Amino acid sequence: MAGKGGVGKTTVSAALARAAALCGLSTLVVEVEGKSGLPGMFGQSELGYDEVVLSPGGGPDGAADVRARTLTADQALLEYLQDHGLSRISRRLVSSGALDVVATAAPGIKDILLLGKVKQLERSGAADLIVLDAPAAGHAITFLQSARTLLDTVRVGPIQAQARDVLELLEDHSRCQVFLVTLAEETPVNEAIETAYALEDRVGIGLGPIFVNGVYPEVDDLASAHGTGAEALAEAAGVALRPGEAELLDAAAAFRLDRVALQQKQLERLAEHLPLPQIRLPFLFTPDIGPAEVDVLARAVLERIDGLVELPT
Amino acid sequence: MNRTGLEELIEHRAIIVCCGSGGVGKTTTAAVLGLEAARRGRKAVVVTIDPARRLADALGLQGLPDVPTRIEGPWPGELWATMLDTKSTFDALVVKYAPDPDQAERILANRFYRNISSALSGTQEYMAMEKLYELHEETDFDLVVVDTPPTRHALDFLDAPRRLSQFLEHRLFRMLTAPGRGVVRAVNVVAQTFLRTVSKVVGGEVVEDAMAFFQAFEGMEEGFHQRARRVRELLAAPETAFVLVASPQRDTVEEARFFADRLREAGITVDGLVVNRVHPAFGGGSAEAAAERATTLAGTGLGALYANLADFRAVAGREVAHLAGLAEAVAPAPVAWVPFLRSDVHDLDGMAEVAAHIVGDRDRSADADLGDAG
Repeated sequence: MAGKGGVGKTTVSAALARAAALCGLSTLVVEVEGKSGLPGMFGQSELGYDEVVLSPGGGPDGAADVRARTLTADQALLEYLQDHGLSRISRRLVSSGALDVVATAAPGIKDILLLGKVKQLERSGAADLIVLDAPAAGHAITFLQSARTLLDTVRVGPIQAQARDVLELLEDHSRCQVFLVTLAEETPVNEAIETAYALEDRVGIGLGPIFVNGVYPEVDDLASAHGTGAEALAEAAGVALRPGEAELLDAAAAFRLDRVALQQKQLERLAEHLPLPQIRLPFLFTPDIGPAEVDVLARAVLERIDGLVELPT
Repeated sequence: MNRTGLEELIEHRAIIVCCGSGGVGKTTTAAVLGLEAARRGRKAVVVTIDPARRLADALGLQGLPDVPTRIEGPWPGELWATMLDTKSTFDALVVKYAPDPDQAERILANRFYRNISSALSGTQEYMAMEKLYELHEETDFDLVVVDTPPTRHALDFLDAPRRLSQFLEHRLFRMLTAPGRGVVRAVNVVAQTFLRTVSKVVGGEVVEDAMAFFQAFEGMEEGFHQRARRVRELLAAPETAFVLVASPQRDTVEEARFFADRLREAGITVDGLVVNRVHPAFGGGSAEAAAERATTLAGTGLGALYANLADFRAVAGREVAHLAGLAEAVAPAPVAWVPFLRSDVHDLDGMAEVAAHIVGDRDRSADADLGDAG
């Protein structure tokens, strides 16, 4: 999952993971940037390097578990060195801060260690679906491009082999795809378009549908009610309004209709520049995003995915 | 007219650092603060990190981004803008502290050095602060407004100068470059063995590049060290103001609170809070009452209007609840609320509109009913 800061990437990751779990797919969410709101959305506290179950499966839907964990480059390196018979130096390499030096000498090495670990999780069948909450915005491109960058710098050794494996994973569209997340607003739409082309051109990665978060749901008859006006409607219905109430009702309706129109324009612009299916998720007016709201969004994801599939007649 | 109190910063401070998590409108806020200073007769420069393209165009940043460019406009002061170029800022520092041009040349040509500006985390933050220091010390701007890179690690920009100078003094390479005798020599052998193993993992060239860099850098650490200390002192000085930028979503509010706490721990006060993209409250009445009326009147036009009003009151209530703690955490810092605008800000008109909210010509209470919405 990739998208610029503030677009709700983590919320969408949570919704997608839960949607997959509702289809019976065991799902693992991987965080690579430390602290996020993800565990809170499932009513849990902080994540660590060890897996936790965010949302247990079972129930009437026959859902699978949603699990989650974090990855850090330091820990991935330790594991990697240990797996390659280099445990003797591994602790020193990490504790001396030498990883920073090595990471500067060979840019992308930290990213490769993280992606390499993800690849290992995928290969070992850790879950049916792995949802990687990628670094925000432009960093996502650098992150996913790291395999290529590294192959330019490092020409021998196990890290180079790792980079090759990661590149193979990224380029295999049946194993790995990027889902972009954006908002129906001008700047996020621009950045999503730029990121999409950069990812395709520079990384050669496959793009899945684009998730548009926070789309205002429609209120039935709002436009026509706004056209008539609160005062006239109240009069016709014989309902008494408090002083000033009609103005507030009209102002709120105008605000909604205005924002819906602006969003619509951006959705059309997005479709025009980016020929990807859009999965639009509703703006939630509820106070917080908890397990119930994640479920609402997960079901919206499934509904939109159903809409994307053309069934043979 | 209800002033927010942010004017004091715009009118009297020498430096404003805009900080906050990604996507909350830091760059726009920085640009607006610079514009307001120019409108008040000051000579202001805005240093941006990675502006959205249309904002960059509005600021005239498509030409020579690393050099401040003047933006002409109908204001008594001057507004200048520049885009941070991490690499060229670092290059200039190297040239400044290298004892001779040859050494500077050797460093600038080193592959490891060239990677530092793009790959070493914290370098961008360091250079943003370095640019701020340079503009403050070496030019005649009255006000330098700087945008900070979007980072999850709240205080990277405070920490980065120190961390980078530590990096440049890395122990391992100290040992390798030290003229070895006796005990030092023995340590050196251990380090050599270690490096050989590292070479096995990433290849020998990589290690050679790094070694060559640290050798070339020899003797320059002290200059970098002192500079980093002066930058840190300037950030803590009374002429510097920190403005926290946030938006009302729960996770960004949490990050902003975390940020405010960390700043306080570091002995730095937040001098202002700007909250962007706040939903209007539409009278601020109860969402439940509106929802009840919507249910009673379901299926009618009036019911639709109430359902919609209930939605927005619920959001406004949520945002107020999220933000109350944040405003308290930074108290008595002034707070400015910037509502959702009709479009993204990418020209001077848009900036002026945000500015009106930031200085409080039209603050949230005056606008709360949003009689003029839509």
